[in-house]
Amino acid sequence: MRTDVHRELGLTDDEAGSIRALLAREPNHLELAMYAVMWSEHCSYKSSRLHLRRLPTEGERVLVGPGENAGVIDAGDGIAVALRIESHNHPSAVEPYQGAATGVGGILRDIFTMGARPIAVMDPLRFGPLDEARTRWIFEGVVSGISGYGNSVGVPTVGGEVAFDPCYAENPLVNVLCLGVMPRERLVLGRASGVGNLAVLMGSSTGRDGIGGVSVLASAGFGDVEEEQSKRPSVQVGDPFEEKRLIEACLELLEAGLVVGIQDLGGGGLTCATSETAARGGVGMDVDVTAVPRREPGMEPFEVMTSESQERMLAIVSPDDLPRLEEVCARWDVRAAVVGRVTAPGPDGVGRLRVVEGWDGPVLADVPAPSLSEDAPVYDRPRRPPPAPEGGAGDPSKEAGPADCGPDLLQLLQDPSWIYRQYDHQLFLNTVVAPGGDAAVLRLKAPGLPPSRRGLALSTDGNARWCAIDPRLGSALTVAEATLNVACAGAQPVALVNCLNFGNPEHPEVMWQLSEAIDGLAGACLALDLPVVGGNVSLYNESRGRDIDPTPVVGVLGLIDLLERRPPGLHLEAGGSLWLLGPMAGELGGSRWAVECRGLRGGTLPALDLAGHGRVLELVRALVAHGIVAGVHDVADGGLALALAEMSVASGVGMEVSGPAVTDHAMLFSESPSRAVVCLPPGPDGERAAAELARRALGAGVPLVGLGVAGGDRLVLGGLVDLEVSVAAEAWRGAIPLALA
Amino acid sequence: MTARIGVVVFPGSNCEHDAVEALCALGGSAELLWHDEASLRGVDGVVLPGGFAHGDYLRTGAIARFSPVMEAVAELARAGGPVLGICNGFQILTEAGLLPGALQKNRGLKFLCATVELRVETTASALTSLTAAGDSLRVPINHFEGAYTCDPATLEELRAGDRVVLRYVDNPNGSLDDIAGICSPAGNVVGLMPHPERAWDRLLGSGDGAVLVRSFIAACAGERWPAPHPAAPAYPSLPASSGARPGP
Repeated sequence: MRTDVHRELGLTDDEAGSIRALLAREPNHLELAMYAVMWSEHCSYKSSRLHLRRLPTEGERVLVGPGENAGVIDAGDGIAVALRIESHNHPSAVEPYQGAATGVGGILRDIFTMGARPIAVMDPLRFGPLDEARTRWIFEGVVSGISGYGNSVGVPTVGGEVAFDPCYAENPLVNVLCLGVMPRERLVLGRASGVGNLAVLMGSSTGRDGIGGVSVLASAGFGDVEEEQSKRPSVQVGDPFEEKRLIEACLELLEAGLVVGIQDLGGGGLTCATSETAARGGVGMDVDVTAVPRREPGMEPFEVMTSESQERMLAIVSPDDLPRLEEVCARWDVRAAVVGRVTAPGPDGVGRLRVVEGWDGPVLADVPAPSLSEDAPVYDRPRRPPPAPEGGAGDPSKEAGPADCGPDLLQLLQDPSWIYRQYDHQLFLNTVVAPGGDAAVLRLKAPGLPPSRRGLALSTDGNARWCAIDPRLGSALTVAEATLNVACAGAQPVALVNCLNFGNPEHPEVMWQLSEAIDGLAGACLALDLPVVGGNVSLYNESRGRDIDPTPVVGVLGLIDLLERRPPGLHLEAGGSLWLLGPMAGELGGSRWAVECRGLRGGTLPALDLAGHGRVLELVRALVAHGIVAGVHDVADGGLALALAEMSVASGVGMEVSGPAVTDHAMLFSESPSRAVVCLPPGPDGERAAAELARRALGAGVPLVGLGVAGGDRLVLGGLVDLEVSVAAEAWRGAIPLALA
Repeated sequence: MTARIGVVVFPGSNCEHDAVEALCALGGSAELLWHDEASLRGVDGVVLPGGFAHGDYLRTGAIARFSPVMEAVAELARAGGPVLGICNGFQILTEAGLLPGALQKNRGLKFLCATVELRVETTASALTSLTAAGDSLRVPINHFEGAYTCDPATLEELRAGDRVVLRYVDNPNGSLDDIAGICSPAGNVVGLMPHPERAWDRLLGSGDGAVLVRSFIAACAGERWPAPHPAAPAYPSLPASSGARPGP
């Protein structure tokens, strides 16, 4: 064998040595190819696993934590909720439409693998500035891909977020979160059991698309545009109609109890699905590579075993149930082929994954099944903080503010509806709050579920501006923002998933950022009693030697005990009084104003008091749940000024705000955490509500400041902003369409 | 008696459960019918729901029209039975020749999901008998290929026959003559791009679609049959209950 084969497959010399030691012989090419995909960064988490252990994963509602295909939470009323987030960053950089589309497809399979019906998708997206033609191509392609696949496969896209920053120009971030629901007792896990049971490959035929997707594409950075183009064949191609039939067939099989275990084929293809189900079940598996339906002739065994062709599932089924399985598959026009058999573990208790050419034919590969996943290397890569900017460069606290803050405020307004109007966000009749609010709000309902009056709230958030300055505090602030978003919908945060988008882990500064961010997430989640039920790590987000800014994205799930009225949202009622809940602060480090309006990326982040944040969450949740407020919005990106302006344009009502909260530009644009604006109803109801608000805030120990009154057609903030609401609305609506025109 | 309504499931349909939920919540009874079966199982009326039947591959509705169930749907329609095509269902009805014209890609070439304002143009259809002409209704749209088009002679026929059921107040997709929904000469077959089944519960935003769904249920129950169109040939009126279906 040529000595450099393992390098071409993405394995280091040391890793090849470990494989040799593990097998006590020279691996053949097929075996090397299987280890290469399974030990890739994408599949093995070899750089991050050591650090991920610090995240808190337990809680009384947690039914399934990290490590399975999705996290699962007990939502009450006999209903379980499955949740997962993933990235499809590199495929989307190379082929935006298919990259984003197959990202949706992949995460849906992770959810219905657990027995849950996918009922909602969210898409946190990040791109370079839209004034670059290539960015516009990526942006429009990604949104079309999500729209084209998600709408057709029939799962509503209920929210997400979008941010633009030069660090993503060559390397966009396309994250996707999916939520599914199921009757609690239907929960299934992806494991094989029962010697003699059959492994059935369902769905699409296997082609040459996506070979090396996890190793060539997802686990290395990009050099230049030409290199990106050369990686295009490693991007898979999606077929939402195949996926739709696969979903319906799998849910029918699970409902009828016809499968012992089920596993989706994603990164690592058949190698990953067969070795993981066998390893989890403590058994072995024989895979007949000739039994795999193929899309084209002449495919080598290593291509069949590592292909990432989309829309495929592996079901473990007893031979007696095979005819009924085939019947269900035939009805949905889903191809089903027996490709494997569950085998007994050896005397050492370890099952072997064997690839054979015909059941009685030659053995092409023979490795211990758990070695592909559990024996993957774990690296403690060097970590080093990046140098601090010299002389406090880029610190916005030294920047003088403008006398008129109106133009800066207009620059920050941005309506994302150009994106979400392309997504079906209403399907299944669950969407109470559609994209555009602080959090998506859904009814907890699906065919086959026990009745429930509960609701779900979901928010995804990330903030690279904060994390570039201080990844630990920035990550904690991100958790704070996401939890406050669901509280604004009247929900209690109950679980979190994270997608850690970072640069090249072989750069010590990136490893330091990753480790710090995990500590920040862990600290915030522990303090807020928020278990981490799943996550994804996307590394090597770099282009031409530049790493992206650290971008941990979190998805927070909240529960609403009784969902019988629409949450107030960003509503303003003319004549209603406006109040700011939470601490007053004017720290500008990492704010959108500093970065986008002044180009200042340094300074210090605002402080976060997690105990105080918890009290704000509960206060805001209760105010919304009890219908005390007429409108509510958290203070986040763009600070108090943007929060107020967004409420104005959303409701077409102006306001007059004065006093200590709007004394200077720093008070207007600071993104200090744990704050929300509320609008009370006008008239005598408002007076009663104000008394109730004051009583509750005092009881919770949360500061409360009067801001002013809603009404009129001007947005007046102290002596700093005086804009017509219509002008603000026009800037808001036009921001994205004009940038694309 | 309660109207029994069949909701046809094609591979790739995705609004079938929503249609069933709306019909049942508003006083009907609904069941799913599989596209591959030739029988309508004695239902009083049929809904072709939204979605992407057969992936919308080739052309929207182009494959679905050949499903065995469509023969039975056509027979029900010819016999004057109520048939409602929503979104993809409307596209299938035009492909099957049960309604004239076609649905093209939206102006702007983008998928559109938004709540829009509709104006009721006629009450003489199975979908609008409980409304008043001129009513304004807020109902969601959700489509890529929703721009209605037809030749000038057909448009003239539709106008003269009072067969434009709903129009967009602010045309979102480039539909000819702002058309959002049309009906057959007798008013029993109705197709529309907006989704009334998504707008019957105010918790979800708008309750304006309820009156349309109720009208259809009433038509299926034989209670509020649309008045004969001036330009329409006389069609066999249905007895008050089921039983007017043609046998296979």
